Amino acid sequence: MIRMSESAGSTQDREAVASPVGPSQQAANAARDSDTVAVERTLAGERDAFRVLVERHSQQLFRLAYRMTGNEHDAEEVVQEAFLRAYRNLGQFGSRANFGTWAYRIAANYAIDRMRQKRNDDARRKTPSAQAEEPEQDPLDLLPDEKPTPDRLATNSELRKKMEEALKGLSSSERTAFVMRHWEGCAIEEIAAVLKSTTSAAKNTVFRSVQKLRRALEPYVGVRGVMQAKAAGATPDSTGTEL
Amino acid sequence: MKHFSEEELIAYYEGELTQREAITAHLTACTACRTELERIEAVLHALDNLPVPERGADYGRAVWQQIAPRLPEKAGRGWRAWFEPRRLVAIGAVAAVVVAAFIAGRWTKPAPDTGTPAASAAQVRERILVVAVGDHLGKSEMVLMELANAAPNSSGQKHINIAAEQKRAEDLLDANRLYRETAEHDGDAALASVLDDLERVLLDVAHSPDELTPAKLEALQKRIEAHGILFKVRVVGKELEEKQNTTNSAPAKTDSETKERNKA
Repeated sequence: MIRMSESAGSTQDREAVASPVGPSQQAANAARDSDTVAVERTLAGERDAFRVLVERHSQQLFRLAYRMTGNEHDAEEVVQEAFLRAYRNLGQFGSRANFGTWAYRIAANYAIDRMRQKRNDDARRKTPSAQAEEPEQDPLDLLPDEKPTPDRLATNSELRKKMEEALKGLSSSERTAFVMRHWEGCAIEEIAAVLKSTTSAAKNTVFRSVQKLRRALEPYVGVRGVMQAKAAGATPDSTGTEL
Repeated sequence: MKHFSEEELIAYYEGELTQREAITAHLTACTACRTELERIEAVLHALDNLPVPERGADYGRAVWQQIAPRLPEKAGRGWRAWFEPRRLVAIGAVAAVVVAAFIAGRWTKPAPDTGTPAASAAQVRERILVVAVGDHLGKSEMVLMELANAAPNSSGQKHINIAAEQKRAEDLLDANRLYRETAEHDGDAALASVLDDLERVLLDVAHSPDELTPAKLEALQKRIEAHGILFKVRVVGKELEEKQNTTNSAPAKTDSETKERNKA
């Protein structure tokens, strides 16, 4: 089953290109046209025309930024900085492109830079002795050794905590790739552009991120699947070898 | 039976098109791979439930209030924009009109003695605007008229090509912007306002698709009609034409006359 994201660049939208234009697509086109007018007017010197763009795209950028950074304060900073950068570089924006996608990419770029910077700062703040005591931990090691009991772990809040921990365990690139691909439905090419990597490397980063999340979270959420696998009596291995 | 790897199944789940049909076919026959995919789905579905804090409907407004004081006066257009071929053509055309209007004013019909050099300069500027903007409005009117009258050749025609009108609207845009700025600079608010409305319509046309369905064409025509731009362009064009005929013999309009027109 393919997951369909709600965002502008989702798989659904990509597949809908060839299909007849529906009401939602018409609305999206109208918004894009009006974005183009707002961009042109801003470039013509009407600073207030930029307000339309900010008001229209803030929610979408916040969602992306929150998922990438994992906290509200950072996400809000990312949204504001993304719009400031967009305004300062509006001349580089091709007026026939989609402003939402362009601003989205600026936000993703800034968010990943910010996450990397934060990690570096955190690493610097730690004293060498503290670093020796706290080696970089694999997120998998954070999980309990024993099988969790359903009543202890099935609660939403605990599962949510585990998911947040698992996401924090991803590297900046992995988290960016996962958010952009899985939640925002971005094309691999877009992800590669933000990660400044090749498409095959970006593809690999998406895979690595899902794999890590799976390893970390499956003990808590994959019960149904595991039982079915046992019932089937066979499980394919992870490398696609002949069974 | 060869099973698909975890990487392939994850890529499949995330919408990757490579091997899509082969994997779909395999999944209908292979319980093991289907189970493996379900396990992947279970984790990713759980992650989908991870909430994103809600931002109210006025969040965009709040962001604007935060960033507005930090925005520079002008958006970064970049110096390259001035060297775009389209812009160079428009600037060249405007410059040619300005020079022609200046020469025409100076040599073909000597201006009557208005008394002061400032009045003479104002007259020249007025004449330039009258000649150039009149011409510009005429061209714009033609484009808008053609669009307003466009219709499918037959009831079965699915698309109407407006590429030619679109290209002309694009060409007119830069010149329009320069005339509007000049009118604003000269305090001719009435003319600036009409040019401002015209700019919106030209932008709308320039950024429409090359080929429109009859419904979309009708929507575009309604948008043009809603601005009432054709009427405004005709009125101002007519006014400029009359002025062009009288400017050669009459002294330049005074500031108070321009203000009167703006009020109107």
